[in-house]
Amino acid sequence: MLVQALFYLFGTILVLSALGVISARNPVYSALALVMCFVTSAAIWLLIEAEFLAVVLVLVYVGAVMVLFLFVVMMLDINLAELRQGFTRFAWLGWLTALAVIVEIAGVVWAKGGLGVDASHGATPTAADYSNTLALGEVLYTEYAYPLELAAMLLLVAIVAAIALTMRRRAGLKRQDVDAQVAVRAADRLRIVKMDPEQGP
Amino acid sequence: MISLAQLLTLSAIVFSVAVAGIFLNRKNVILLLMCVELLLLAANFNFIAFSRYLGDLNGQVFVFFILTVAAAESAIGLAILVVLFRERRSINVEDLNTLKG
Repeated sequence: MLVQALFYLFGTILVLSALGVISARNPVYSALALVMCFVTSAAIWLLIEAEFLAVVLVLVYVGAVMVLFLFVVMMLDINLAELRQGFTRFAWLGWLTALAVIVEIAGVVWAKGGLGVDASHGATPTAADYSNTLALGEVLYTEYAYPLELAAMLLLVAIVAAIALTMRRRAGLKRQDVDAQVAVRAADRLRIVKMDPEQGP
Repeated sequence: MISLAQLLTLSAIVFSVAVAGIFLNRKNVILLLMCVELLLLAANFNFIAFSRYLGDLNGQVFVFFILTVAAAESAIGLAILVVLFRERRSINVEDLNTLKG
């Protein structure tokens, strides 16, 4: 019962902060509400015994991605009034779509046999000495070793792409040109002048 | 114990809130990116719910990869956003019509 109560509490907080993300006037508040979403989701994942991913969600998302978001949001000088224009113009369509999605999915999930499995009960609780992290690591580093390395490569590519995109090349900047320095030949720099030796008096 | 149906419904609600957010904030690129993050979170919920319910760890491995790809995506997305703002002084989607698409 305690787990149920916690689930409803966290679920309510999650939905409310998701609503906060989409309706806040200031993008900074949206980003903070999104942080709240991720933290409550991590709590719910802990409740359903996916401990490793809950910790990863907090570390990677709250610790890295959302900080990046906040950084960018605070760095850009955005004209909010212009962006808010037409906020309510297609709102009815948005809410209608949202309602349709909820009704459809809930219909399938709660219908008897709609999913092909019995969805009315949860997962069997794991044993007290079961380690989610250990189990995931055993799968990740054996069966999924190549995908894991691909993921690492993807992150590297993302770093390079992000840096290459945002690198600023200002005109008229005085700085070292390594290419030109390495490519230089002695003949371009040094001129050997043939001259007659000095004659003594 | 939390049932599979409860988890799927919660994720459906989060997903549809994010979809509504895309409709509402269709001018602000930053908020569109945040809504995409919410959509991915809802998808991850489904993966974890089914993974735990079926006792199959592959679902959680998938969530791990989705988190990786989403982090890369948001990093590049924000980089593009910064470049865009530097060029145009605006992040309004309606100003991005050079390609006439």
